Amino acid sequence: MIRPSTPLQRVPHTSEVHHDVPLTELSGWGHCPVVQGRELLSERFEASTEGAALSRGMGRSYGDSSLPASADDIVACSTLADRMLAFDPDSGVLRAEAGLKLVSLNNWSLPRGWFTPVTPGTHFVTLGGMVAADVHGKNHHRNGSFGAHVTALKLRVADGSIVECSDDQQRELFRATLGGMGLTGHILEVEVRLQAIPSPWIWAESQRFDDLDTLIDSLKRAGEEWPYTVCWVDCLATGGRLGRGILMRGRWAEPREAPAAPPRPKAAFAVPFMMPNGLLMPWAVKAFNGLYYALHGRRTHRGVQHPEWFFYPLDVVGEWNRLYGRHGFTQYQCVLPIEHDPSLPRRFLRHLSARGGTAYLCVMKDCGAQGKGLLSFPKPGISFALDIPYHGAPTQALIDALDDVVVESGGRIYLAKDALTRAEKFRRMEPRLEAFQRIRQRWDPDGRLRSAQSVRILGDVM
Amino acid sequence: MKVVAFGATKGMGRALAQLMAARGDAVFLLGRDRDQLSRSAADLQIRGASGPVGMAVCDLLDTATFAPALDQAAEALNGFDAVVVTAGLFDSEERLEADAPLRDRLLTANFTNTVHFCELARVRLLAAGGGTLCVFSSVAGERARKPVILYGAAKAGLSHYLEGLDHKFRAQGLRTVLVKPGFVKTGMTAGLKAPPFAGEPEAVARSVLAAIDKGTPEIYVPGMWRWIMLVIRMLPRAVMRRIGF
Repeated sequence: MIRPSTPLQRVPHTSEVHHDVPLTELSGWGHCPVVQGRELLSERFEASTEGAALSRGMGRSYGDSSLPASADDIVACSTLADRMLAFDPDSGVLRAEAGLKLVSLNNWSLPRGWFTPVTPGTHFVTLGGMVAADVHGKNHHRNGSFGAHVTALKLRVADGSIVECSDDQQRELFRATLGGMGLTGHILEVEVRLQAIPSPWIWAESQRFDDLDTLIDSLKRAGEEWPYTVCWVDCLATGGRLGRGILMRGRWAEPREAPAAPPRPKAAFAVPFMMPNGLLMPWAVKAFNGLYYALHGRRTHRGVQHPEWFFYPLDVVGEWNRLYGRHGFTQYQCVLPIEHDPSLPRRFLRHLSARGGTAYLCVMKDCGAQGKGLLSFPKPGISFALDIPYHGAPTQALIDALDDVVVESGGRIYLAKDALTRAEKFRRMEPRLEAFQRIRQRWDPDGRLRSAQSVRILGDVM
Repeated sequence: MKVVAFGATKGMGRALAQLMAARGDAVFLLGRDRDQLSRSAADLQIRGASGPVGMAVCDLLDTATFAPALDQAAEALNGFDAVVVTAGLFDSEERLEADAPLRDRLLTANFTNTVHFCELARVRLLAAGGGTLCVFSSVAGERARKPVILYGAAKAGLSHYLEGLDHKFRAQGLRTVLVKPGFVKTGMTAGLKAPPFAGEPEAVARSVLAAIDKGTPEIYVPGMWRWIMLVIRMLPRAVMRRIGF
């Protein structure tokens, strides 16, 4: 039996190094870390995964999940594998190649009365990436994570063979792949059940709250009635105002409430180039937060909203990660189980604030039951997602400190965001890791599939 | 619009066919690989193509497949009013110089046989009273450059041919759209380092579709490449000998 602390044995790839594929700089959305790697882009994605150590989609995970462990590893890029293969308008079940972008899927599905059952906070992700990270959204308390709606997957596993898996077929492999960060096999095709919607518009309400406890109470209560809930939290406010924020809740508008025409896709304005380091200064963001909070006012805002504006407000600004400059940033996302200790979120934010942590953006969500994905992130509690500029050692120390709180409270972090958590801390957060590694060992005894993250955090051999 | 798309299982051709399907055009696919054709046909069907998306095997290296494939398309679509050719081969200059059979295949496919195919398409479009012939050439055909001499030579010939068609047949209703892509990130260019102003297939497809609708005779995609090539065309020979671009 393999113990989680035992690194997977690794045999060098038999396939030669692809010198055809040029070395380029690869990074996740946070530009932290940046590595040299060989990314293979092909419309014949299935063929291109043969001999590849990892596959990646749009590279929207923040840290090193989609990065190769070594410059000799080939990373197969799925984005040109974007075909829809079958759709059943009675059941809503769609089968598509793994590189299909969520933005394309939404543009197709919204006018037809369907929507992805779960969406992350950006539509610039692929179906394969959504499965690998087992993404969750504002409706986690209602719909669970994306994997709960995935009915089947087609994978290329480490020995090169192609395997179809689902709850009825290779169930163990299926469940390890939901949230398995692409480490169980290359995800080639995804079959998912879409959700029927009454109209393609959102009915949204927003309300501000002066302190964290009321905000969390309101978030929990909103979840009983509303399918979509989320909070923006002001982490730079001080004293009693720390953790004030705005609660947003939404549902699909009824046809009588919605405009007659379907929403038109929004054109994005993009940050044209990498901004200088330190452009986002704490005092400026603090002032922005104060203004944003003040301008919302005390009254509750209600109305019909464009679904892109409701689900993907940051996508309106393309390449916004460039605002953080070349040093990049990390997003720290954790879930804290508050059932037995309601004071946890406040302690967490105080801790962050006391250590001088400047989280420029903080999003708080209500997590429901744990899903069937073996390593999938959400579990019941309150989830915080913090955007933190990367400054080297001090940032590492901050993440270490936050990880300590998470370990002590029985919470866990989200691998799709992580760049800095240490292996020993992750192991203490993740009692399911041993089972996950056992399944990997069974399907990949030679340790062919790996990422920079799996080397860093799961102890895979370089 | 009723479109015959040759080479639409990959790259810019695929992105363009997806846009056409999404707005309800009727599409018929021509290509080498039956399995890939049927995957693409399913995709276009789901995206909203009107009528069943048909397909026929058609190989740029086998001219005997051209006429039957176009006939099948005409029958399935009950006549067509646009033909889009994105099929073509690509390889590095080094390999083309070293490998004569490979060189022969690429030159034949990208020039001679593409012209043969276009001639068959032209005759059919004109017989039906006119229509659009959209062909993907390349900025590599604009000025001889060291990394793309052989590929560029075939594309230069192809561009020349299409310009001639425009001069001679536009008055009779044939609207040729000559597309000159710069660097676009598709599987074809996957082995190459992307230069600045590299395009994405989807954005390129949007520009090309607008050109097809307007009947623009010549379009550079991304648009920036018109100005890049303007500069490159003006560079003196002494400079071209020295630079590796």
